[in-house]
Amino acid sequence: MRRIAFGGLLLTVVAAAPALPVLGRSAAPVAATYSDAGLESQLARVYAEIEKNRLDKALELTEAMLRQYPNFRLGHLIKGDLLLARARPIATLGNAANAPADRLADLREEAVARLKGYRQKPSSNAVPRYLLQMQPDQKYAVVVDTQTARLYLYQNDQGRPRFVADYYISHGKLGAEKRREGDKKTPVGVYHVTASLPRQKLTDFYGSGAFPINYPNEWDKRQGRNGHGIWLHGTPSDTFSRPPKASDGCVVLANTDLDALAKNLQPGLTPVIISNEIEWLSLDDWQKERAALGKAIDDWRSDWESRDTERFLRHYSPKFKAGKQGFDEFARQKRQVNAGKEWIKVKTDNLSVFRDPGKDELVVVTFEQDYRSNNLSNQMKKRQYWIREDGSWKIIYEGAA
Amino acid sequence: MSTSLPTRFQTSRLTAVFVALALVLSSPVARADNLAEIQKLMKSGQYPQALEKTDAYIAGKPRDAQGRFMKGLILTEMNRPADAIAVFTKLTEDYPELPEPYNNLAVLYAQQKQYEKARTALEMAIRTHPAYAIAYENLGDVYAKLASQAYDKALQLDSSNAAAQGKLSLIRDLVSTNTRPGGKPATPVAAAKPAEPAAKPAAEPARPAAVEAPKPAATVVPVAPPAVAATKPAEPAKVAEAPKPAEKPATKTGDADAEAEAAAAVQNWAAAWSKKDVRAYLGHYAADFQTPNGMPRKAWETERQQRINKPGKILVSVDDLKVTIEGNKATVKFRQTYKSASLNSSTGKTLVLVRVGGKWLIQQERVG
Repeated sequence: MRRIAFGGLLLTVVAAAPALPVLGRSAAPVAATYSDAGLESQLARVYAEIEKNRLDKALELTEAMLRQYPNFRLGHLIKGDLLLARARPIATLGNAANAPADRLADLREEAVARLKGYRQKPSSNAVPRYLLQMQPDQKYAVVVDTQTARLYLYQNDQGRPRFVADYYISHGKLGAEKRREGDKKTPVGVYHVTASLPRQKLTDFYGSGAFPINYPNEWDKRQGRNGHGIWLHGTPSDTFSRPPKASDGCVVLANTDLDALAKNLQPGLTPVIISNEIEWLSLDDWQKERAALGKAIDDWRSDWESRDTERFLRHYSPKFKAGKQGFDEFARQKRQVNAGKEWIKVKTDNLSVFRDPGKDELVVVTFEQDYRSNNLSNQMKKRQYWIREDGSWKIIYEGAA
Repeated sequence: MSTSLPTRFQTSRLTAVFVALALVLSSPVARADNLAEIQKLMKSGQYPQALEKTDAYIAGKPRDAQGRFMKGLILTEMNRPADAIAVFTKLTEDYPELPEPYNNLAVLYAQQKQYEKARTALEMAIRTHPAYAIAYENLGDVYAKLASQAYDKALQLDSSNAAAQGKLSLIRDLVSTNTRPGGKPATPVAAAKPAEPAAKPAAEPARPAAVEAPKPAATVVPVAPPAVAATKPAEPAKVAEAPKPAEKPATKTGDADAEAEAAAAVQNWAAAWSKKDVRAYLGHYAADFQTPNGMPRKAWETERQQRINKPGKILVSVDDLKVTIEGNKATVKFRQTYKSASLNSSTGKTLVLVRVGGKWLIQQERVG
């Protein structure tokens, strides 16, 4: 008897969402490659029915979704709306009288984030700017976009990142760019998974598992950032998911999603790059940036082999610092050492290059360095931070990884 | 949209349903006598006696739907919901084409907070009888209740939570305030008087896609609806037709004019609403109008103004008017059909009007 025209109502929030920005010239059309065929595709179908004002069908789908995900709170909210719409006109998403405003706001944010995430899949011709070079043994890389509450999984296809899946995530209650212990923010930067903690070793709060990452990294420490215990982890059993901004800094996934993701994570190896908002590059531009950096790194290597210390040192920023050693001391030491060399051979194997999503133009380079010379040889895993200064890439930090 | 919430499960509904069924299945006089007597016992609150008589009656006619239906009603009145549910359930099995047992089953389930079951029963009632307005309204209430449960899950509220409690008790109020007023049937089963001078139903093009299948309404005399002469669900008409003595002797002569005036006032009120003439619309309300939830008059007027002035057409029509005059007061019960861009509804409504300086003005407005 009562027919409510509220198609579009829930979606007004989503409609205005801009398409994913793709830097560079060739913004390819968004390819519909859905890997998460579970909850979000169902949610999208529910919304599609609502848009067509087929509320009965929408309710049917919502109920089916809830049978599959009984603790999906947003689903219950939508169900409530669809039922209430049969009784009286409704004005917004979430019409519960006397509902705590913050919880309602949380669910609304989740709705927007999930729908945006579902509708705006990355273009097949765009890659996150950060994944410039994955090392051969890194099978996958994780890129997080805190603003859109999304985690993207990329497969290493001979160094080129190939989109595999994306998931809804929650991050810090107070946002991103962590600086201090207890600031309830999620760090932004280039990290990697350091361990895998199984469910059995954790409380219910962490859900089906946890993967700590190496925050604070070398750059964070150098910037004076502190805090610890930033993990990717699951969700407590009383809810399917948490609001977009919910954690004390961790990146939180639904348990089903964490389980799917976990299969692809290699402790000690898999990069986790957390951004405020992913910058997408067309493949052409990505290729250019990657080539420029590859060349800078190789120039540095060959200049080292040339034993021309000044030539070698021009790759280093005046602000270079490694431990307590600044540029001047480093330069003095290099001149001294190089004086005794008759030959130097440097190899960089298993090279990875990841651009930092933070404000500085910063790139994290990691490789196995095989150094040989007439009087000394050594192998080490090295990490360098390169920064763009006056139009060229310079090393601002290096050390053992 | 009316400011009040939709009506709830009412004794009057159960009664109305009872009468309707009596008509549908009416048969020989002796049977009618028996049933009339049972009904009389019920009306005076003598449920055990009524039950006894009904049982005796059913013993002779085990398949008799009317008798069994009445038994269900009596058991409901006697606060034996489980037994009443059993009776109505069996009726739905034996007479799946009758919507009334489903409806009453739903009311009982809803009273037990089994809203999913109530929903199923009501949806069955509507499937068997697509124009069954009471079931639609009850279903609206059940949906609202289910919605509230879903919100509780979404927002992690539970009954011990103060906010949730407020919300739930609001709904509980609406449900429970409608439980029987004393033993008296709530609807004065007034003898049907042909309503007003029956200006010819304006031969307007029917509303597009009226959801109900048009049913021949027994004695409905559409009272010159300003815009729409809609065919209405038959139920209320049947009630009006009930072969029952009115509680009060039918209209005193002299009240006839007053009735006509009061009915005309209601029609004009609906017309002003449809025309979105807020001034005229508000002009129909008495100075001592009881605003919903006692909100300040000014705030209420502003709210009405905003709602009425929303973009888009509004069509409000009233029919099945039943006017009861008592001195300077008139109680007008009718069906209100409301149609706007966002909502179609058909609800029972009661306006209490008071005569002020020769004009009938609205003092109370209730759904139901």
